[in-house]
Amino acid sequence: MNVAIAGYSTTKFTLGQPSIENLLVSATKELFQNTKNLSQKDIDAVLVSTNNNKKYLAPILSELTGITPKIAQSIENMCNSGANSIVSGYSYIASEMADIVLVVGAEQAENSAQVLDWDVSRGEFTHPIFWGTMFTKAHKRKFGTTEEELAYVSALNHKNAQDNPAAYNTKAYTIEDIMNSKRLTEDLKLLDCSRSCSGSSAVLLVSENLAKKYTDSPVFISGIGQKTTSASFTKNDLTRLDSTIDAANQAYSMARIKADQVDVAEVHDAFSICELMILEDLGLVSKGNAGKLVLELYKTNDKKINPRGGLIGSGHPLGATGIAQIAEIASQLQGMSAKRQVKNAKIGLVQNMSAAATSSTVLVMRN
Amino acid sequence: MSFESELRQGRFTVGECEKCHKTSWPPSEFCSNCFGNLKYRPVKEPGILLECSSKDGTIFGIVKFEDSIKIIGTINGNVEQKPGQMMRVASCDFDKSPKFTFTKS
Repeated sequence: MNVAIAGYSTTKFTLGQPSIENLLVSATKELFQNTKNLSQKDIDAVLVSTNNNKKYLAPILSELTGITPKIAQSIENMCNSGANSIVSGYSYIASEMADIVLVVGAEQAENSAQVLDWDVSRGEFTHPIFWGTMFTKAHKRKFGTTEEELAYVSALNHKNAQDNPAAYNTKAYTIEDIMNSKRLTEDLKLLDCSRSCSGSSAVLLVSENLAKKYTDSPVFISGIGQKTTSASFTKNDLTRLDSTIDAANQAYSMARIKADQVDVAEVHDAFSICELMILEDLGLVSKGNAGKLVLELYKTNDKKINPRGGLIGSGHPLGATGIAQIAEIASQLQGMSAKRQVKNAKIGLVQNMSAAATSSTVLVMRN
Repeated sequence: MSFESELRQGRFTVGECEKCHKTSWPPSEFCSNCFGNLKYRPVKEPGILLECSSKDGTIFGIVKFEDSIKIIGTINGNVEQKPGQMMRVASCDFDKSPKFTFTKS
């Protein structure tokens, strides 16, 4: 059974602290407004992607939106919760346990999932900036990556975010602004980092035979790859994201494509170094050369990578991020991305990951 | 005897399986290979520095011991070291999280 995306929504990301229920309902309301012929009674499963500490949020969301699904549950997997939830929804449909699955991701700006306390191998350096700085230093040392190349990652994402109405920040930044932003560590500056924010996003997954009822242009999930290598950061190689490499290979194999066929991609730029490593580990550019690719994309105004502005430009509501990435690629493949549109996009990719890429999900999508 | 209580005594230990004799890192109650019981013993030194950086003048780095035990700590004396440098544990403690200081071996 093929699985299609028949609807999606993304609310405006903010630095405020609306309630988690408000965020979940807002994305759901917007999805219903955007999707023709959709009725609450059609929905077999409601999956909530969040790291919020409140309990029983999928049944709560269902009740608040008049849905009485067969299946209602939350999925928490830190920053990768969104793509994991989509894979769960896909599985329900592919196994014919459900025909229509509503997946809603939401996070509050202040949340408890930014630091993985369990990981004692981080010692007292628990905050993500420390794994971000280690990745950055190791990449600089091995490949000669420069601070200017890293600054272009941030500049590219902020430039793309200017055309994304959901982005928390649409300010333009020059390379100088980024290079001169507050130095957080020897290897990371403030504008190299994504920022936790509040936001929500929803995707409607349906079995292929029902897709045309809800959309004239369904988008199909044609490849899925997932890999968990560990939970502790220090088990990683510092210049390579093994979970992303493995997940990408699985997804390409399932979709029967090669990396060079990808027209548009949303990748998990938690820090600027992450985008360089991901582009290399997805096989979109050779190892050590992602900085040159990003510079070319910036100078040619090419929106192939992170057209919505990625995490750095749009903001990072953890549980919503993967869903928002998927919503963006669906929109791109439908030709509905307005100023962000990549021309003639046929094959899209989403890469979402958790905790220094100790786990990754890669999806291939096509129209 | 546990990783945390040993650290509070200034001892850096690792669990070794009583059954298959493999070490389990990060700390746990059972062997990650065969689920056997773990006995905590001192980690063998020196280790090797894999990478380092700094924040506000404090240098920190990842040191690998016994080919599999990797942990982040501060570098003693704030003297930058190159990856590959052999390092020893100068001090360790536990207060909400493990605290390590490494020194050049």
